[in-house]
Formats: sequence, structure tokens, C-alpha cells
Amino acid sequence: MQNDVHLDAARDPLIIAEAWAKEGREVALATVVETWGSAPRPTGSHLVIDAEGNFHGSVSGGCVEGAVVTEAMDVLGSGKPRLLEFGVADETAWRVGLSCGGKIKVYVERLG
Amino acid sequence: MNLKTLEALNAARRERRAVVLVTDLADSGDRLVHAGESVEGELGTAIMRAFQTGRSGSVEADGKTFFLNAHLPAPRLVVIGAVHISQALAPMARIAGYPVEIIDPRTAFATEDRFPDTTLYAEWPQEVLERRPLDSYTAIAAVTHDPKIDDFALKAALDAGCFYVGALGSRKTHAKRVDRLAALGATQEQIQRIHAPIGIEIGAASPSEIAVAVLAQIIRAFHERGMEAQEAAA
Repeated sequence: MQNDVHLDAARDPLIIAEAWAKEGREVALATVVETWGSAPRPTGSHLVIDAEGNFHGSVSGGCVEGAVVTEAMDVLGSGKPRLLEFGVADETAWRVGLSCGGKIKVYVERLG
Repeated sequence: MNLKTLEALNAARRERRAVVLVTDLADSGDRLVHAGESVEGELGTAIMRAFQTGRSGSVEADGKTFFLNAHLPAPRLVVIGAVHISQALAPMARIAGYPVEIIDPRTAFATEDRFPDTTLYAEWPQEVLERRPLDSYTAIAAVTHDPKIDDFALKAALDAGCFYVGALGSRKTHAKRVDRLAALGATQEQIQRIHAPIGIEIGAASPSEIAVAVLAQIIRAFHERGMEAQEAAA
């Protein structure tokens, strides 16, 4: 359908997640579920990750994606979802760095 | 997320249907709710709000925490008329995030040469809109000045609850258009939704300047679109 032109299939994380799953890859989906302050990506944004650490999309401006990918590996292993929090309130996460001063909660779950 | 849910979600997004994905954060159980579907209780109220505002967020209901991800169709712009203004409007709108389709049955106007990289239909609006119906996430700008081409599309846009309906022409031209649309069965209320003369007031004179004025008006209409448009989508 030509309506596909409205979704950028090459960059849309949910379209990519479906395609990866159908290729038989293990896929984790990360979603921004809460934001405070000047969070770089709005609530509902996705990062999709496979078992090899390939990823598409974003949950921040590139600040915490690395940490989310690492957590996603554990979620793929256990199958249990996780709720991660990044931001100024969390010393560890601050080192990972939401330098813009925002705070976000990211939900990571396994697709399947 | 369940793969079946993801398939249904992506299908809805491809078909420009508004949906809200409800996820129980405790066990990642999910459910896809379509616009117009009724869900009871506090959760239902929150889902309704997500459809109206397009905003995603967490909600506490029935002792559980749910995440509601609102997936509303992206806005698009249908331009009736492959004219000089449209040549400027198409690339500008695309950059601003409003994919454009141009419809004009006059094959001399609707050429790829004049509109590179643009979705172009050298057909009557009647034919195209039957295959690709308008919806409340669509803006329409009728810029041919030709009643034979513009009128049907304008009436269809009003009936579909397009979030923006603009028509090129002077006040005098528009007055005649109003009479014709009324004769086609458009109500007074519908007719008042038409932006005419088209475009915000910036003293636009050249085709490119008029395109800027029209695009600005479309963007404002999209951000101001009310619950009315959301309900029409339901």
C-alpha cells in the first residue's frame, strides 16, 4: 500500500522489530515510559535491540542507549521485563549521562 | 510485547488507523485498542485521553501500572492542483514532516519533470480519493481555481473531517465557491472551516511565499486540531 510512504520503514523501530523477529532474531524492545525535565526523546519513543547488540531507534539523544542495549541482553536472557531509570537523581545513570539534565524511565521487554 | 500485537500495531500504522497500545508493566502483557473501541473504567478514560491528545504515558488503574502508547497517524497533505504554488509547497511541506500528494487531471501540469520526487496523480480527484480516502489526519489545499477540479475535493475534505481545508482564490472567488458547495450539500458550519483566502497573513505575493503562508497555516491547524477531529477518526 502506498500509505507506506508515511512510515520510514528503514528507520522505524517497530517495523524493524517485526522484520527482525520474523527473521528469527531474538528482539528486545525499549520504550520511554516517563520523562521529567528536558528529556531528549518523548514518551513512547522506542529502541529495538537484537541479541547481537544491533539496534535502531532511540530513547535519548544517544546518551543512554549503550546502557539500555546492555540491559536488553539480560532481558533477552531472562525474558523478564525491566524498568530502568536514568537521570540526575541516579548517580550511576548520571555517569552514563543525560547531560541535558532530564530524567527518563525506560521499559525493556522481550518481543515474542 | 507479543509478536501478534506488534504485527497488528504495525498494520494499523500502515493503514493510518489510530490505535493505543496498552502494556501492563508488571508482566508486559499487552492489548491493542482501536479508536472508537470502548474500554471500561479508569483505564478506559485514560485511553480516551490518549486518543484525544496523542500523548503517551503511564497510568495507574485497577491496582496495576499500565503504559499507554498512542499511535496516531502522521499528518499528510493532499494538494489539488499541480500549479506553481504546489511546486514550492511540495518540497517545503515534506521537509516540515508533512508528506505530500498532488492531484491534477491536467496532464500538462502533473508531470514528473515539474514535480520530481513527489507523489503525483494525473487523474480527477474523484478517482484518486476513492482509492485513497481522506481522513482527519489529512490536510487539503485546493489551488487550481477551477471548480471542476477543486469543488469535489473540497466537499470530500469537509465530509472526511480533514484537519485543514484551504482553498485558493480571492474573497469574490470564494463567495461563488461557497454557493456551489452549499448546492453540493455542504452545511454552513462545514463551509466556515475552509481557510479562504488561503494562507496566514504575511503579505505573501510570489508562489513560494504563498506556499510558506499555506504551510504555516497547515502546521497551526494541526497543532490546534481539537477533539472534533479525533472523534471523526473514531
